[in-house]
Amino acid sequence: MTALDAPVLTVRGLSLALPKGADRPFAVEDVSFEVRRGEILCLVGESGSGKTALSHAIMGALPAGLKRSAGEIRLGDRSLTDLSAKDLRRLRGDRMAMIPQEPIAALNPSIRVGRQIEEVLELHTRMTPAARRERCLSLLAAMKIADPERVAGSWPHQLSGGQCQRAVIAMALAVHPDLLIADEPTTALDVTTQAQILTLFGDLRARGDHGILMVTHDFGVVAEVADRVAVMRHGQIVEIGPVDDILKRPTHPYSRQLIDCLPRATPEPRPAPAGDAVLSLQKVCKSYGQRQILKDIDLTLQRGSTLSIVGESGSGKSTLARLLVRLTACNAGQALMEGEDLFDLRGAALQRMRGRVQMVFQDPYGALNPRRTVGEIIGRAARLTGLDAKGAKARTLELLGLVGLPAEAYDRRPAAFSGGQRQRIGIARALATNPEILIADESVSALDVSIQAQILELLQSLQTRFGLSILFITHDLRVAGQISDTIAVLKDGEVVESGPPQAVLHSPVHPYTRALIQASPGGLA
Amino acid sequence: MTRLWKSPTVAVGALIVGAWILVAILAPWLSPQDPLKSLTPLALPGGTGPQGQTLWLGADLLGRDILSRLIWGARPVLLLATLATGCAYLLGVTTGLIAGYVGGWTDEILSFVANVVLSFPVLVLYIVVIVSFGASPVNVVLAVTFGSAPAVFRIVRAVTVDIAARDYVAASRAQGEPAWRILLQDILPNAAPALTVDFCLRLAYSAITIGALGFLGLGLPPPAPDWGGMVSEGRALAFAFPHLVLFPCLAIASLALGLSLIADGLQADRDSR
Repeated sequence: MTALDAPVLTVRGLSLALPKGADRPFAVEDVSFEVRRGEILCLVGESGSGKTALSHAIMGALPAGLKRSAGEIRLGDRSLTDLSAKDLRRLRGDRMAMIPQEPIAALNPSIRVGRQIEEVLELHTRMTPAARRERCLSLLAAMKIADPERVAGSWPHQLSGGQCQRAVIAMALAVHPDLLIADEPTTALDVTTQAQILTLFGDLRARGDHGILMVTHDFGVVAEVADRVAVMRHGQIVEIGPVDDILKRPTHPYSRQLIDCLPRATPEPRPAPAGDAVLSLQKVCKSYGQRQILKDIDLTLQRGSTLSIVGESGSGKSTLARLLVRLTACNAGQALMEGEDLFDLRGAALQRMRGRVQMVFQDPYGALNPRRTVGEIIGRAARLTGLDAKGAKARTLELLGLVGLPAEAYDRRPAAFSGGQRQRIGIARALATNPEILIADESVSALDVSIQAQILELLQSLQTRFGLSILFITHDLRVAGQISDTIAVLKDGEVVESGPPQAVLHSPVHPYTRALIQASPGGLA
Repeated sequence: MTRLWKSPTVAVGALIVGAWILVAILAPWLSPQDPLKSLTPLALPGGTGPQGQTLWLGADLLGRDILSRLIWGARPVLLLATLATGCAYLLGVTTGLIAGYVGGWTDEILSFVANVVLSFPVLVLYIVVIVSFGASPVNVVLAVTFGSAPAVFRIVRAVTVDIAARDYVAASRAQGEPAWRILLQDILPNAAPALTVDFCLRLAYSAITIGALGFLGLGLPPPAPDWGGMVSEGRALAFAFPHLVLFPCLAIASLALGLSLIADGLQADRDSR
């Protein structure tokens, strides 16, 4: 074996013990793998699988409470497990570097971006200031940043998420590390930006200078960039192998289950929605000061159908949702529901409308009052329909059953539940007032794929059962394709394309829709 | 709650404050002498009175037993500090919730008033209030309420603005919950942890302020036993008879320290979560 083939990173029988009283004894249990120069190994798993703990252990930055109980980590020919803190610090940045999930949080907001990159060089090299400056600019240029001079002179908040992530990657590459650890490097980014960053990782691999360990939960990302994949569950690697084998012929049932959960890109043909229009938007406009968020939105939601609104951050899709539940006021236009303009209602009429249009929020952690029990949260909504305390309790228990939660949930607080369970609570609360229209604002985007699939299934079964009309807001074309009767693509506050999912996904007319489809990790087809 | 008591800071603080509360409640039984009766003027600590009573902490200029005056003096300071802080909170929380949640002009006006009050030096403010309304327990409470409510208002307003932007508040609004229910059920309970720390600290400030007002002659009218008033009366002779001011000063300081320790412990507990 030549030096070139030698693995950059070797992990052998590594176990990380959790403190006593945790839900399992090990965060990471008996894990072994290697990363070679010029390859990307993707570590895939759902939340709680131990993938982040593992990547932190390799960087030598274990979170408090975790302890290495067995095994070894080697970087090249050096063992990291018996290095002193000082040696480890030198190695970090010198020979390995980490790219975190939130690029904006990873940059110091009060130091210019270029200065932050130069600082790394200052710490780890003996370059002159002029050489550092030059290297910084060439690094930024290598990250395909169009005008490195301007970006280097900018504050982090002046840059977009994609630019920030490029700057962070440039910083990680500043001193030629052998090993790059990227922890969900594209999760916080829009799809089109994500596609660009993934291409960048592809280029890095092609240069063959680094071994890359990428932590992700997204099989789309895996399909796009991985050479090899390790699937993690409950702290163990259940399957590891070349990407094609794992994606096409997974041997472990868990890998198969994860891959089956991926939203089907090819929409199954659905009968065209036959019902009458339950809600129709006409020339809806919204602006904050000079900034126009929504421009002349015309959309129709058929009774009992699902209309997906797809767009990237800043497209105005969440603003639209908040307009429809009257959390913000609109500037112009109408939202007609049985001839009544939703935007025009006041007093008792508004109160009646609120019961008929309900919303499920994005963040399962932020949408439930942490100080109330589940029974109180749902019961409050039920009482607004005029039920007395006893009736509200019965209704709440019925709703809990409907969304697949046990009756014991009634007396617990939100903190006792997982993200998926909380989202079920949110759905139960929204259903408490017997709504006709359910607005789901990115309601599954914070969830793991398998949980996501369950919640989508729940929404669909509730739809058939109660004839709900659903306005589904998402950034994910794959999810939209799977569940909608109609898809509308929103860009900069305008609907650029709308139609049945097959038409929109397979024969898109607008160039932006085409770009979105192309950028979807793993491809849509 | 049980975890809180394990923190030594909280335990020590609670011990001191608890002791003072007990002393105040049991004053008639604990106090060895009548706090208003003249015994031996300027007796030193451990001296004896006319009937051979031991004056453990000595007697003041008028011969009144200092220990008994301290014991009785715990009552007004605890009562007034609690009342004043409670009133300041009632006013500050109500206005802060409204300003933070409603926003717009309501917020502008309330914030402006609060800032105007805050721009005066507090002590000057107290003096102005008490001099214009006269020295009495009610006016002491009024003055301290007036002085602290704007600071409470600012904290509550800031926390409310933050919490009002959360999705669970949006969910309640979308459901058509009346504003008062959202304020009382969604916002106030979630703001409470930030407020309990401030409440304890403010209680300590109020105790010190009430001492200061007594010292300036703006507290309880004499001859009522009042810690600040005792320091003030003994001031002229403090060099010759330090016990005249030392013990009342220690009383004020220990109460304020106890309350601050509790606040510190609560804060540390919040930070660790």
